[in-house]
This record gives sequence, structure tokens and C-alpha cells, in this order.
Amino acid sequence: MKLKIIKSGLFLFLFYLQSAHAVLQIEITKGAEGALPIAIIPFERTGIAMAMSVDVAEIVATDLQRSGKFSPIEREKLIDQPHSLEDVNFKLWKVAGIDHVVLGQVKVVSPQQYELQFRLIDVFKGGQVLGYRFLATDKTLRSIAHHISDLIYEQITGQKGAFDTKIAYITAERKVGAQPSYKLQIADTDGYNPQTILTSTQPIMSPSWSPDGTQIAYVSFENARSEIYIQHLATQKRDKIAAYEGINGAPVWSPDGRYLALTLSKDGNPDIYVLDLRTKKLTAITRHWGIDTEPAWMPDSRELIFTSSRTGKPQLYRTSINGGQKQRLTYEGNYNANAEVSPDGRTIAYVSGEGNIFKIAVLDIATGYVQILTDGELDESPSFAPNGSMILYAAQADGRGVLAAISTDGRFKQRLVLSEGDVREPTWAPFKQ
Amino acid sequence: MRLKILSVLLAAGFLVACDPAQVKDGDSAGGQMGDQTTTGGISDTGVNTGRYMDNVSYDRAAINDSGSVLAERVIYFDFDSDQISPDFTELLVHHGKYLAANADVSLRLEGHADERGTREYNVALGNRRAQAVRRLILLQGAAASQVAVISYGEEKPVALSHDEEAWRLNRRAELVYQIN
Repeated sequence: MKLKIIKSGLFLFLFYLQSAHAVLQIEITKGAEGALPIAIIPFERTGIAMAMSVDVAEIVATDLQRSGKFSPIEREKLIDQPHSLEDVNFKLWKVAGIDHVVLGQVKVVSPQQYELQFRLIDVFKGGQVLGYRFLATDKTLRSIAHHISDLIYEQITGQKGAFDTKIAYITAERKVGAQPSYKLQIADTDGYNPQTILTSTQPIMSPSWSPDGTQIAYVSFENARSEIYIQHLATQKRDKIAAYEGINGAPVWSPDGRYLALTLSKDGNPDIYVLDLRTKKLTAITRHWGIDTEPAWMPDSRELIFTSSRTGKPQLYRTSINGGQKQRLTYEGNYNANAEVSPDGRTIAYVSGEGNIFKIAVLDIATGYVQILTDGELDESPSFAPNGSMILYAAQADGRGVLAAISTDGRFKQRLVLSEGDVREPTWAPFKQ
Repeated sequence: MRLKILSVLLAAGFLVACDPAQVKDGDSAGGQMGDQTTTGGISDTGVNTGRYMDNVSYDRAAINDSGSVLAERVIYFDFDSDQISPDFTELLVHHGKYLAANADVSLRLEGHADERGTREYNVALGNRRAQAVRRLILLQGAAASQVAVISYGEEKPVALSHDEEAWRLNRRAELVYQIN
């Protein structure tokens, strides 16, 4: 009995260590020219003297840099470190060509209780343009730091920030002599706070967030066949949504939350279906002898983009969920698949293959203009940030599956590398509600 | 006997010809699969030599005979193709006949793809590969209820490296017998 307690104590300790560190490490692989310089002053520490593992200013600087739109000044190169509005030497920053300065305080009220405040200073306007105060605990501190990044990002760029959101992804570990281990995980956008949603010795695929961010749909092979589940993140309770004969795949939530688009092959061949989650009514959207799969919703929840091999090779098509004509969207190349529509509905990101090389491409729906965004060899699974600024995708580096993100304009790139095993099928969560 | 197999091959050819999704992408490994498979045993001239034509037993216990042609249970495909290579049709004819002769034996066909291309498309592709194998097996008189199909897409590779050889080995359908 005693041994058992010690064991479980050790387990908890290890678990804590694991979750306290980022499992995914970020590497900036392509910097952006013309990024806006910004000075983020280390936050002043007040209150009880105690060690803090979270550096709020560092998190904000890393976030803003990851967007590709900002170039935070390195700490050692900060010409001044003011902690209050009165201390800001506007002339100095103006001469240095810095338009924005972020400063703030972290007050340790009690162990694990903090009071945070920050100000965004516009050097040209000669004053504060943003200022907030927050209460935080150890659990919420990183999230609030990301929220501060969001507020600064929106104030300066006019676009809502997406730092304080989550990502979901699949990991796979295969070790000699052991069963493979597949995990569905969610984490902060910087790879911190990983949480395992599902663990299985059989493959897990195709995670899709509900539009309110409270549930994830996915494919699991745990019963030696493909099945679609919807799992509530808060309660961990899950429902089996589809387990028909053949393929149960590619679940994607409609933006209005009413439907789940999916691929079924119950009638012999993979076709796209739409399931009304309220009435449970299942409607076939395609009926074709070719492969139809990988549905992606348009923002109005009335149309789908999908992959079809109806002309021999996979290409993207567009259809209404009320049926009718299927409109072909891609013509260049022999392999165009796995579409994801941007939040504003103007752009489709997808996988474009040529020979053995697969890259992420973007298609401007109005003009038909195609741009190849990435330069990997096996890039796949594109997913837009909820503000449309970045595309998260899966890539290979040194023979391992990694996650990567690229700004929608292709100018800035970063990589998220798992400490071991493969990571893939990233999907960016919607904005927090 | 010879005539019967010929008609089977014709039927298989007909199925393949009907299927507009079939693709030959010039994959250099395509025609040579037999000699390089890890499971071994299938010569790429297998059909012509008639190696499997003689003395194949369809006794219930034959499935446990490692020397039987029925011990060969993996077939390979070209990239983005669900066309069954002539190298494997005769092997599948024997499996089909075995199932027809043993109605209480069931078979699970697991379709797989290599890592190239998108994941859900590869699930669909693996499904079509397994379905193509199933059609050929059912032509030999096996009951539809004896043969189940599942596709794992690219999720369960047997070769983990990222090159032509690994891709060739991963583009496969596996025959998994379930004997009660």
C-alpha cells in the first residue's frame, strides 16, 4: 500500500514536470523583412519576493515575433527600461526609430496570485494608447500574457490577435518492441500546456474543432475500424457519431455548428455526407464512383470544398450542400487535395503535389490565382489561424513529422518540433468565446 | 483448369479496365515488386511459370502451411493506383478459392497507402485497394459475408523511412485470416 502511494506520487510529479514545459519547441525558420520594431520592456516585479517561472514580457515578445509582423528589440539592445508612463523618454525612442513601447508590472500578491498591468505607448502620438490590469494565477498567467499579445496586435494592426487560442494535433510514437502510441493533444499556440485528449495503440486522425471550441470531432481506429467520435473537452465525455461499414472519415464541423461534414463509404465508395447534429439526419452530398473526400466548409455553412478523383487525379471541387453542379476549382498539377477555407472565405489553402513533392498552396477564389506557399517535401494538413493571418501545417524535418506555420503572405515561417516522435494534423482552434 | 484461370484473369482485367481512376505513374519500382518484398516468395513471373497452378491444397488446414502459396498475404500497388498488378492476380485467385472451399473462414482485407499525398485521400485510396482485392476474391465463389474491408490509409506503415523503397512496401493490401 505504502509503495503504491509513493508510486502514484512519483507519477504525479513526472506528469507535472512534463506539462510545465513546452513539448513543442518553436524555431523561427524564416524571418520577415519589414517587420515593425517594437520595444517590450521586461515587466517590473513588485509585491512578495519569490521566484517566478513565467516571464510575461518574454511571452509577449515571442508571440509578436511569431506573427511575422513585429520585430521585438532584443533585451540586451534595449536603450532604456522604463516601468511607468512618466519614465518614458519619447525623444529617445523616436531617434531610435521605435514606434511602440510595451511596459508593465507583475505584482505578486500571494504565492500563485498575481496582479498584472501593461501599457502600450505610441511614441509618435506621445502617449499611452492601451492599458489593462488583470488578476492571474499560475494556471492563467501564460494565457493572460497571450491575451496581452492579442490586445497589442489588434491595436497596432487592426486585426484581431490569435495568440490566446489553442491548437490540436496528433502525435505518434513508434518504438521497437513496443506498441505504437497515438495521441490527440491540445496545446497553447506556442506549444505550452499540452493536454492529452485521447491515447490509443491504434491510429487517431482528422481532429476538427467545434466552432465554440468546446468539442473536438476525430477519427479513431480503436475498434479495428474507422469510427468518428465527438468529445467534450471539459467533461472528456464522448459520443460515437459514425461507425458505418467502410470508411468513417474526415469529420469537419460547419462554422454555424449545426452540421458535421464527413466521408463515408457505406455504399461501396467514398462520398461526402452532411450530418445534421440536431436531427441526426444524414444527407449524401456527392454520389460518384471516384474518390470524394476531405470536405471543407465555406464560411456560410451552405457550401463545401472537397477533394475528388472524378477526373482521374485528385482535384478540388465546390458544391452546395443542397446538391447541384460540382464546380472544379484546381487545374494546375496532378495532385490538389485537402482544402481548408480561410475565415473570410476568400482563400483556399490546400496540398499541391508534383511528383514526390507536396507543398501548401493558396488559391484566391475570386481570381483563380494560385501561389505555392511552402518549400517542404511533404507538407500537408493546412489549418488557418482564426484571424486568417497564419497557416499551420504538418511538415517533415530530418525524417520526423513536425508542425510548421507560415504567414498567409508567405513571408514568415516557424517550426514546432516535438521532443520525440512524430507530430501531425495540426488544427487551429476558433477564437475563445 | 487453365481455361478457368484465364477467364478469371480476363474478368480481373475487365474490372481494371472499367475503372477510370487507375493510374500508371511510371514508378520505377512498380514492375519489380516481387523480388524485393520482405515477405518474399512471389516471383514477378509467377503467373506465367504456373508456379502456383499445381497441387495447391484448399483444405481448411492449408492456411497454416507456411509452404503453401496461401502463406503469401501481402500484395503491392503503384502510386495513387488501385489496379491489381498481374503479378498478384493468381495469388488472389488461390485465396479466393480457399475461401470458397471453406465457408466458415473469414478474411479481413486491410488497405494501406504510402505517406505521399493527403491522409484522408489515402484512407480512400487504401479502401479502393482493399475493395479491388475483395472483388477479385469474390469472383472465385467466396461469399460477400466472408470478406471484410478496412483502410488504414498511410497510418500504419510497415517501412518507416521516407524513400521509394519504403513507399513501395507501404502501398499494400494485407490479407488477414480469421479462423474460429
